[in-house]
Amino acid sequence: MLKLEQVNAYYGRVQALRDISLEVSEGEIVAVIGPNGAGKSTLMNTISGIVSARSGQITFAGVPIAGCRPEQIVRLGLSQVPERRQVFSTMSVADNLVLGAYHRYRHEHKETIAQDMDFVFEIFPRLKDRIKQMAGTLSGGEQQMLALGRAWMAKPKLLLMDEPSLGLAPLLVKEILRVSGELRNQGMTILLVEQNARAALDLADRAYVMESGEVVLAGSAEQLTADARVQTAYLGRKPVSN
Amino acid sequence: MRQFFRGKIGKIVLATGLVFAAIALCVWLGSRQRLLPQHYVQLTLDGMRGGSIYALMALGFVVVYRVTGVINFAQGEFVMLGAMLCLTIHKLPLPLPPALKLIVAIIAAIVLATLIGAAVERLTIHPARRSPPVTLTIITVGVTITLRAGALLAWGADPYVLPAFSTLALEDHIFRFGSVILQAQTLWIWGTLIVVLVLLYFFLEHTIMGKALRACAVNQRGAQLVGINPGRMSMLSFALAAALGAIGGIVLGPVTRPIYDMGLMLGLKGFVAAIMGGLVSVPGAVVGGLLLGVTENLAAGVTNPTYKSVFAFVILIAILLFRPQGILGGTGQATEEVK
Repeated sequence: MLKLEQVNAYYGRVQALRDISLEVSEGEIVAVIGPNGAGKSTLMNTISGIVSARSGQITFAGVPIAGCRPEQIVRLGLSQVPERRQVFSTMSVADNLVLGAYHRYRHEHKETIAQDMDFVFEIFPRLKDRIKQMAGTLSGGEQQMLALGRAWMAKPKLLLMDEPSLGLAPLLVKEILRVSGELRNQGMTILLVEQNARAALDLADRAYVMESGEVVLAGSAEQLTADARVQTAYLGRKPVSN
Repeated sequence: MRQFFRGKIGKIVLATGLVFAAIALCVWLGSRQRLLPQHYVQLTLDGMRGGSIYALMALGFVVVYRVTGVINFAQGEFVMLGAMLCLTIHKLPLPLPPALKLIVAIIAAIVLATLIGAAVERLTIHPARRSPPVTLTIITVGVTITLRAGALLAWGADPYVLPAFSTLALEDHIFRFGSVILQAQTLWIWGTLIVVLVLLYFFLEHTIMGKALRACAVNQRGAQLVGINPGRMSMLSFALAAALGAIGGIVLGPVTRPIYDMGLMLGLKGFVAAIMGGLVSVPGAVVGGLLLGVTENLAAGVTNPTYKSVFAFVILIAILLFRPQGILGGTGQATEEVK
């Protein structure tokens, strides 16, 4: 569904992505793990079109999207739940969700969009209680729910999630991941970027490990969980000395 | 003592004190000119008329500033364009009854000015959109000079007239309450401000376009990620500002004599009103506009009418020095930091 081939991108003058190749198939949850500054967020923003790739191919559902503007990419069915949520803080929860469906307003009925909003309230009842509240007054966890709901309102085929666990209490991380799993069961494809490697590997089918802008390891979640390097670097196990 | 005036209650005491001092000064100066109470009423009403126009202009500044970070100094020229286009279309020999002819002229002028606003954004701001806001703001100064020069070529340096809306003639209805007089056009101006505010509120709060515009103002990154095109929102904000300006110019037309350079002073006054309101708030812009209109008119009335504009700019300097977040403003934070 999503394929990156030899993608290079720069953040200012610093090369943030080096020859990144990765693939996400339909119905999968794929995780990208790695330390802070590995280029994970740049990867997400390059796919979303906010950072433009200097070279390489990005194809989504058979369409080359490298060089497309962010709003065109959203229209193709690729939504991002951004790092630090980026909700519209001085607007209500309802308005945030409505704006998630911004590109659908031109050719879809208001009722369908309202039904989708009800679905978001079903999975996150807490948002329903705060429907008229300004997004900026929500707790971090609620804002994350809102950001996820907002991205979902675009009816994406592929959901990019950038550090959903950042700054959240463990219980909320679980909640967010549970919902992500549920969305997958409904046929959503997810590409997840996480520093919390354990949570990401628990949820994902496959994973890539990124370091200094490069993919250094790839494999199924089980393989990577069992990998000695991943265990010492990201899962906090002591190296086995023999 | 200093501590006290920094606290919340201290600030309120200080502000109230200043207001009373200003009123006392006003009354003292007025008594030397032998002003009677009805004169103050008259000055206030006239001030609210001008203030309504400033409020419309301030709204234009706020809309553009919130969405793009640009202070659009061409705002005043849109007022001029509104008035000039309206009276020009009105003079065309159209086979229409007079009332309908004026309505057609008004609508056509608003539409044309809106299109000009959108075109200005496309031709001057959009190509430079990656530049910092200061650069874009200076570009709008260039736009101002260009539009004014264009108006001089098109309409010459003489003032024009636009008929009053109620009588469709140069003589307007005048309502008398004792010795206080009120022109019918003043009521048109107030009514227009109210209608515009209602429409603007509906647009910003209840339409997806308006919400997208606000979203772009609050968090540009978030807006892009839900599929909003910031460039298009920037164009929309200029078009909206141009429409607001043009409406102001049209309703003001009958009580002034529209001239090619009327936008200069009006634009600056609208800017002062927007600054008084904190530059980011819609209610602030309206309060700022009305307050500016009344203050400068009262101050001019008790001293010398030729000093009218001086007071507006003294207010501007005072606000920028002591309350840069505006009169109603809280923190002075324009938009949240986008990271």
